[in-house]
Amino acid sequence: MLLSFTDKGLYCAAGDFYIDPWRPVNKAVITHAHSDHARWGHKYYLCHHYTKPLLQARLGDNYYESIGWNEPIYINGVKVSLHPAGHIIGSSQIRLEHGGEVWVVSGDYKTEDDGISGAFEVVPCHTFITESTFGLPIYNWKKQAGIYEDIRQWVTHNAEQFNTSVIIGYSLGKAQRILTAVAPLEKPVYVHGAVWNMHQAILSAGIALPQVHRVTPETTKAELKGSIVIAPSSAEGSPWIRRFSPYNVAVCSGWMQVRGNVRRHNADAGFVLSDHADWNGLLGTIQATGAERVYVTHGFQSALSRYLNEKGIWSAEVKTEYGGEEENAESGKAVNTAEE
Amino acid sequence: MKAFAALVHTLGTSTGTNEKLDALANYFVTADDRDKVWVIALFSGRRPKRIISSSWLSQWCIDITGLPAWLFEESYHTVGDLAETIALLLPPPVMENQEGHTLAGYLEQLILLEKQTDTIKRQFITSCWRQMQREEIFVFNKLLTGGFRIGVSQKTMVNALAKKINLSASVIAHRISGNWNPATTSFEQLLSEHNTQIDYSKPYPFYLAHQLDKTPEQLGAPEEWQAEWKWDGIRGQIIKRNNELFVWSRGEELMTEKFPEYQVLQALLPDGVVLDGEIIPAAQNMPLPFALLQTRIGRKNVTKKNLEETPIAFFAYDLLEYQYEDCREQPLETRRKHLEQLVQGINHPVLQLSAVIAFNSWPQLTAIREEARQRVAEGLMLKRKSSAYQVGRKVGDWWKWKIDPLTIDAVMIYAQKGHGRRSNLYTDYTFAVKDGDKLVSFTKAYSGLTDKEFAQVDAFVKNNSIEKFGPVRTVKPQLVFEIAFEGIAASNRHKSGVALRFPRISRWRTDKTPDDINTLEDLKKMLELYGK
Repeated sequence: MLLSFTDKGLYCAAGDFYIDPWRPVNKAVITHAHSDHARWGHKYYLCHHYTKPLLQARLGDNYYESIGWNEPIYINGVKVSLHPAGHIIGSSQIRLEHGGEVWVVSGDYKTEDDGISGAFEVVPCHTFITESTFGLPIYNWKKQAGIYEDIRQWVTHNAEQFNTSVIIGYSLGKAQRILTAVAPLEKPVYVHGAVWNMHQAILSAGIALPQVHRVTPETTKAELKGSIVIAPSSAEGSPWIRRFSPYNVAVCSGWMQVRGNVRRHNADAGFVLSDHADWNGLLGTIQATGAERVYVTHGFQSALSRYLNEKGIWSAEVKTEYGGEEENAESGKAVNTAEE
Repeated sequence: MKAFAALVHTLGTSTGTNEKLDALANYFVTADDRDKVWVIALFSGRRPKRIISSSWLSQWCIDITGLPAWLFEESYHTVGDLAETIALLLPPPVMENQEGHTLAGYLEQLILLEKQTDTIKRQFITSCWRQMQREEIFVFNKLLTGGFRIGVSQKTMVNALAKKINLSASVIAHRISGNWNPATTSFEQLLSEHNTQIDYSKPYPFYLAHQLDKTPEQLGAPEEWQAEWKWDGIRGQIIKRNNELFVWSRGEELMTEKFPEYQVLQALLPDGVVLDGEIIPAAQNMPLPFALLQTRIGRKNVTKKNLEETPIAFFAYDLLEYQYEDCREQPLETRRKHLEQLVQGINHPVLQLSAVIAFNSWPQLTAIREEARQRVAEGLMLKRKSSAYQVGRKVGDWWKWKIDPLTIDAVMIYAQKGHGRRSNLYTDYTFAVKDGDKLVSFTKAYSGLTDKEFAQVDAFVKNNSIEKFGPVRTVKPQLVFEIAFEGIAASNRHKSGVALRFPRISRWRTDKTPDDINTLEDLKKMLELYGK
């Protein structure tokens, strides 16, 4: 086994390094900058160039090294390369090759190209470790263009009534997609501090984004009238959000596929905008990798794994500590909308 | 149908009552009259008869999608709603039918299908699925499976109508009540005063009380108030008109057939009378626990054995119509006087007066209230003597003043995902008490925690499940909760031998461990005290 599943995370014994470990280790290869995958306390971090400034912003000073996609390096004789995962900016699948064995760790991934995160690349392998956040057949997404159009219509409708449109999405990844969606409306966009920090970090990676304004105590009511506000889910139902009154709230998340979730959020609208592969995306990718063995991590792992076995692809579930709830932990609100 | 699907979507996502009201009001302006009649029917609990079972719908969806049955089940337990699960799983329409039927068109088709074979039903339903978008499939499935609960009360619907037609809400509420068939009633007929066919069965909208949220002293002088026991039965109206007897439940269900005991009143009551009261099991004028009634209400046919084991009486507390005159505007005092004369004149054990409790001061009444549980009552009712009989839940003149619930500390042992706004969250729990070293399950409870607490318990369940039996997870017995309930009765359906009335979680006892919970012995003592 090129990788083993330990209580600290996925471990490559041949190369003596971990992938997205959840306990402090000496050497960590990081798929992407979400907090459940990129944790604090490792002595060495290897990641994509775009991920590095995000880790610096979130984890502070550490020993970081970054490489580009499809630029293999060797760690103790194990060939390691990163490949676009399409999940968020800098997100990468990790390909390991050693003694003729090829393993790929998907991290989190999305098969539709969102125009920001890099187009997902199918990486052929013997063993594929896939996420399963939306691993049930009820999760099938509409095309991004259509969802963006729905969001713009909603914002326009609110603005006609002079209401502010508050759009909820986690600060790294979703917030930038929402920003791209509303940019053609040419309305002022205000953002929560958490979104602002990520925005600055992404700019520093050399990636261009539409202009935003940070919401501060000095921001006046007049400025906010009919504007767009992007905030993380911790802002939902908080005193912070009340300053935008009158406003309408929308939540952008794959979980919005199910009506009960929209109702639980008490949101005026739920847009099914996800940064993860849907059911067909997962199945299509697994098939395309040509993998003989598929390990299924965080999400609906038992359902997806059982389904693959029944379809003749060897599969097993793996327990990990991914799929945390970074931005909801404090509000305790919807367990399910975290950094999906 | 598209317009109706859009309405359901708006109603489902609107957060404020005003938004819902506006959406409905707009619908009542734009929709055609046939559809309006059906919307009134659906939102007042008048669904057409269910023509197909859920298991057939599931099977057809499985056939179309080619998914394994277990994966369909898994999806259903995550979504928590069958109609929605099917809508999410079916492929997008091959060839969308732009026209489609109207809402009324579909519903009338479904009524025609009622007597057809399953093959013909299948043909119709699956061909509808193939032509519809997801939102429409969802609504269509809801019509098929019933339980059209989408966050709109009948009151909101009535208020929306009142905004658009020139009638007051209470008049509309009365006109749309009773026994009418949406398939054969026009919008005009339904709401016009000169209804050509007089519906003698029509009940009045019930006047409902709020829970007392202050001290009784704040209500003012005790002599202005009438106190009664708050009975634990089914609120109902008994109507005698045109020499016929009708029994309605508060859910506006015609229940005449379910209570043959009341038939004697057909001969005894004068014509043109409407009584408001409580349907309760009783022996020798004394009420019996509600659990007994439950053994009867679920049944299609009431057997002789039921009648003997669970004799039912009607505890009358108000008179709404007398000699065909609507007397709801008269003060309670006057209505009560007439009611007493009427009931005493009839003098039959099946028709009881709900006694008025004599009291001179609030402290005295507070003491009397403590006897409620012994009297198989839930507490007291306080009614202003000068009050009219109003429509719906209105604050001010009628109050229910319930006694504190019974409580017991228990540990959670099973969890299951919830429905509706709790979809994909473990929110349905089963609780156990100790019996020596063993744990014995005794109740389920679904409510009482905040969203935040539910999220925490959900996380606990996900990290501490021991086994999975279908949708149910057995959980490490660690979390202790205080369960509150209104009553307790013996039951052979539960391992513990008891059944609770209205169990809910009253507190999460983070300060207690499973060693501190109550025992089966404790439950049995409560049964001895309150359940006989």
